[in-house]
Amino acid sequence: MEIFLQQIINGLVQGSVYALVALGYTMVYGILGLINFAHGEVVMVGAMLALSALTALLGWGVPPLLAVLFSLILAMAGCMALGYGIERIAYRPLRHAPRLAPLITAIGISIVLQNLAMMVWGRQYHAFPQLIANHPHLIGGAIINDIQIIIFIMALAIMAGLMVVVHRTRLGRAMRAVAENQHAAQLMGVDINRVISLTFMLGSALAAIAGIMVSANYGLAHYYMGFLLGLKAFTAAVLGGIGNLRGAMLGGLLLGLIESLGAGYIGDLTGGFLGSNYQDVFAFFVLIAVLVFRPSGLLGERLAERA
Amino acid sequence: MTNPPLGNSANSGNPLLEVRDLQVAYGGIHAIKGIDLHIERGELVALIGSNGAGKTTTLKTLAGLLHPAGGKIKYDGKSLHDIAAHQRVPMGIALVPEGRGVFARLTVVENLLMGAYSRNDQHEIAVDLARMYTLFPRLAERKDQLAGTLSGGEQQMVAMARALMSRPALLMLDEPSMGLAPLMVKKIFETILNIAEQGMSILLVEQNARLALQVAHRGYVMESGLITLSGASGELLGSDAVQRAYLGG
Repeated sequence: MEIFLQQIINGLVQGSVYALVALGYTMVYGILGLINFAHGEVVMVGAMLALSALTALLGWGVPPLLAVLFSLILAMAGCMALGYGIERIAYRPLRHAPRLAPLITAIGISIVLQNLAMMVWGRQYHAFPQLIANHPHLIGGAIINDIQIIIFIMALAIMAGLMVVVHRTRLGRAMRAVAENQHAAQLMGVDINRVISLTFMLGSALAAIAGIMVSANYGLAHYYMGFLLGLKAFTAAVLGGIGNLRGAMLGGLLLGLIESLGAGYIGDLTGGFLGSNYQDVFAFFVLIAVLVFRPSGLLGERLAERA
Repeated sequence: MTNPPLGNSANSGNPLLEVRDLQVAYGGIHAIKGIDLHIERGELVALIGSNGAGKTTTLKTLAGLLHPAGGKIKYDGKSLHDIAAHQRVPMGIALVPEGRGVFARLTVVENLLMGAYSRNDQHEIAVDLARMYTLFPRLAERKDQLAGTLSGGEQQMVAMARALMSRPALLMLDEPSMGLAPLMVKKIFETILNIAEQGMSILLVEQNARLALQVAHRGYVMESGLITLSGASGELLGSDAVQRAYLGG
């Protein structure tokens, strides 16, 4: 029972991070019908920027809370600029090209960003500074620590905030209108390029926060960390129904739980033949299963015919 | 009607819209081969013709969704050449597109607010919203329903009300009667007349030529990308060529 509860806690925390990243995939897909495979690298850049800022600020003796706040803002701003730039340079010129062209470009951008990050930050794993005294709490025999609590609550708050933006503001209305019918949106006076840019920036800001969360949770940052995380968040978005915001959140949390419970029990289930190091298998097993049995995802209304 | 006119009618001598030798090509087809037309302030002008004559292409070009290959479009004395579609809305140009283009996954009220996207006079927007519900009481009943769940006629009302929410000076309607039951067609055309009487300039594209010419002041007949005939609606309704080709006479 303790193991079960522990895996639930771990799964929800990891899943809330997946959800934040999955939202970035799903927002861009919803509006452009494009899978932005470079999105995982934006998460990585967010973590790396925060790492550099934190290390420098803490080194100068800035109070930790202030350093965290500033690093967060810097990482978000940097990622928003990066997201804007990626769309502007790599995707906009291909807006009317066949679907395969922007997809390949996305993979290209992803590789470029990985290599740039490797040149700037090196190939080694970086220890991510411990931000707060990380007290563990005992619940029913399972452990949850302060950082995990902060990650989970913050992620939920950000998702709630995003829903308010999308469903209650003029920008959100414009985003939904552009996602549904670009020509009609233009006829309403919407500058669709501006709305698309803002969508990329919003998704990238979430990615930056997610990157910091992952690094703070595991205490590590690495130039390659965005690859697997990005693929898993993409899986989460597909699981929930790509293009659907609630789907991305649900998919993220579910994927976190599946992965975590799977890793916790795979040893028992296979009689010790496979261990928890097979954790990553679950995400892709889920991806394949969804694509085979329910390509529209859990909450998707229509088939992802444009993917 | 004690309401002020729906449109913003800035007054000056020249026509509201003036099109000279307009040519449009897309996908390798020369869809519009050089047409002239104009709309005076407060005029209701019909553009009729058979399928594929270039009527929709003309409207899309005027709205800025397509770019002309040649010719001039002047609106309120200004060239529209370098003005993007979304920038034409605050200038007073609104198009109710063919097939209505309502945002199915937005509610009725959200659709109407999208129409007011280029405005920021919150109080006046609320006033106009109330006027739309007076003009189309059915929409008031369904304001929180997703627009995609409405009937075709109700969606046409959403599309028209949404366009009016931008306070246009020139309202362009593409096939407002398409796919609607006769009773609904009657209702929509009554509304068009009502709006026109309040002084708005309207360019109406219709396959139902008789209906269009009955409400319009003037008309243009389009055929294979050219305007072949123009004149007062009464003349066109009486002309042999129009009778034969479009009125089944």
